[in-house]
Amino acid sequence: MIPRRPKATRPAVRPGPLDGGDRSLSRRGLIGAGAGAAAAAIVSRPALAEEGDNLPPSIPEWQLHPGDEVLSQPYGRPSKFEADVVRRFRHGSPPPASRLTSFSLTPLQDLCGIITPNGLHYERHHAGVPTIDPSEHRLIVHGLVERPLIFTMEDLTRFPSVSRVHFLECSGNTQNWRAPKPELTAQDTHGLLSCCEWTGVPLATVLAEAGVKPEAKWMLAEGGDAAAMTRSIPIEKALDDALLAYAQNGEGLRPEQGYPLRLLLPGYEGNTNVKWLRRLKLGPEPFETREETSKYTMLMPDGVASQFNFVMQAKSVITFPSGGQKLGAPGFYEISGLAWSGSGKVARVEVSTDGGASWRDAALQAPVMSKCLTRFRFPWRWDGGEARLASRATDETGYVQPTREAILKVRDARSYYHYNGIQNWSVAAGGVVTNAG
Amino acid sequence: MPVRISPLAALAIAAFATSSAVYAAERYGFGRPASEQEIKGWDIDVSPSGAGLPPGRGDVKQGEAIYAAKCAACHGLHGEGKPMPRLAGGLGTLRDKKPVKTVGSYWPYATTLFDYVRRAMPLDAPQSLTPDEVYAVSAYVLFLNGIVPADAALDADSLPKIRMPNRDGFVSAYRPSGAGAKP
Repeated sequence: MIPRRPKATRPAVRPGPLDGGDRSLSRRGLIGAGAGAAAAAIVSRPALAEEGDNLPPSIPEWQLHPGDEVLSQPYGRPSKFEADVVRRFRHGSPPPASRLTSFSLTPLQDLCGIITPNGLHYERHHAGVPTIDPSEHRLIVHGLVERPLIFTMEDLTRFPSVSRVHFLECSGNTQNWRAPKPELTAQDTHGLLSCCEWTGVPLATVLAEAGVKPEAKWMLAEGGDAAAMTRSIPIEKALDDALLAYAQNGEGLRPEQGYPLRLLLPGYEGNTNVKWLRRLKLGPEPFETREETSKYTMLMPDGVASQFNFVMQAKSVITFPSGGQKLGAPGFYEISGLAWSGSGKVARVEVSTDGGASWRDAALQAPVMSKCLTRFRFPWRWDGGEARLASRATDETGYVQPTREAILKVRDARSYYHYNGIQNWSVAAGGVVTNAG
Repeated sequence: MPVRISPLAALAIAAFATSSAVYAAERYGFGRPASEQEIKGWDIDVSPSGAGLPPGRGDVKQGEAIYAAKCAACHGLHGEGKPMPRLAGGLGTLRDKKPVKTVGSYWPYATTLFDYVRRAMPLDAPQSLTPDEVYAVSAYVLFLNGIVPADAALDADSLPKIRMPNRDGFVSAYRPSGAGAKP
């Protein structure tokens, strides 16, 4: 989103007596033999040299010689002018105690549509990213099954496959419990959220191969990383829409996303989508792992913790205009953002430009898919004054994204996870946008 | 009165039956039987019942030495934390504005402590501790929390019998219908 990033404003082209017809000549003089009167003229006009000389009526510099050769990059990379569209740590938070057990955030404010480029998918690792040779990767399925089986990647990719577009969201995404920090961007507040097309074999297909015993009610999923991270998954989910995914957005999983194999549980909190998957064990009860007891549980005000909160409830965020951006001249702007629900499809997104006093429906970009990001858009004429922007998602079950106040009536920062309150952005007169929680 | 199915609906049902036959019922013969030896090497989880606990034994005193050498640099000599999570103390703080969640104040099962140390700790050398060492370190962390006495030794029989202070502090929100967090 080139025009949306708040960079130093480009110096305006200054028209002048010499700034017309002889401009391209001046530059050609510089490119050619070098010195000479034309170059001297450039030196005497530093503003022009700084601006470059690529605007009409000049011929842009990049048209005057051939560009990079085919295969100059066997795996292509974004334009160097997009170099600041990257993952990063959260602003305003202390640096992680260890980068092995930390997380990075997707730059939502700089992305279009609903697909997260693979290199920008948020990261959350518990003991670093392992380097796994797929020829030596194995998946063991055992426990309450008729036939304990071991699979190679070749085995798994021979099964009938499906591709589906789903979001992943860490349940620790968005920490708006306390007074908002104005400097936070959408990347800071909502960047533990990404969306890819995942390809793999339905887990039900693989479990049928092993034969699930009727007394199997839970499934332990274990990672092949140095944390050997584990979560207990209800067997209903495993047999419903779970995938053993080996590809994302058309290519093999990225190492940060579990190469060569991950569990994909559409709509479930990110942590349950175990990466580098090496083992599935079926049992009669939850396994009460560290991640599902001491972490990823919600401590309620009465001191009791709520456990096994899997589904990411309906939520939305405006990504333009959003924190850290700056509007230019008053006039037309298209408000745009993302909405999603772990319970199914987004049915409706409403937008308010007056702090929630009034709401109007936003347009939803088709296709609207289940447990997938949905892009919404809303035409807006900014009068140049103060405004307060917010979005509110409703999913196909009728669930409506709550306000922060509604959540705080039930629980607070102690519960930490699953914050899905309405996000507000403040637009100041002059166009600076800040986080309003 | 017999239920009438329109030709279109009948077609849809037939199509659905076909696709589920292809994608759910059929077995493909991919993969091979996993041997007991293969499973044994990776089957490292421990349940609250104690299922999965290996033979072995370790006491608080042994655990103190292992902890000082391999854990204290990150978790503090007495489990006070910094830079990594605090392991001890915080009992009775879960209703406070700033609750202190530790193994002693928050974790519902001692078996989870064994499971986690065995699979993931220490951070720079996971799965390097012997079962005896994991029993010993678990005993020491429980001792730091006042849950076992200074002369305690743990094994597959005694560990699952330890009742953690917050054992009844969790309520499952999961309903098979798929209902999630509220609100």
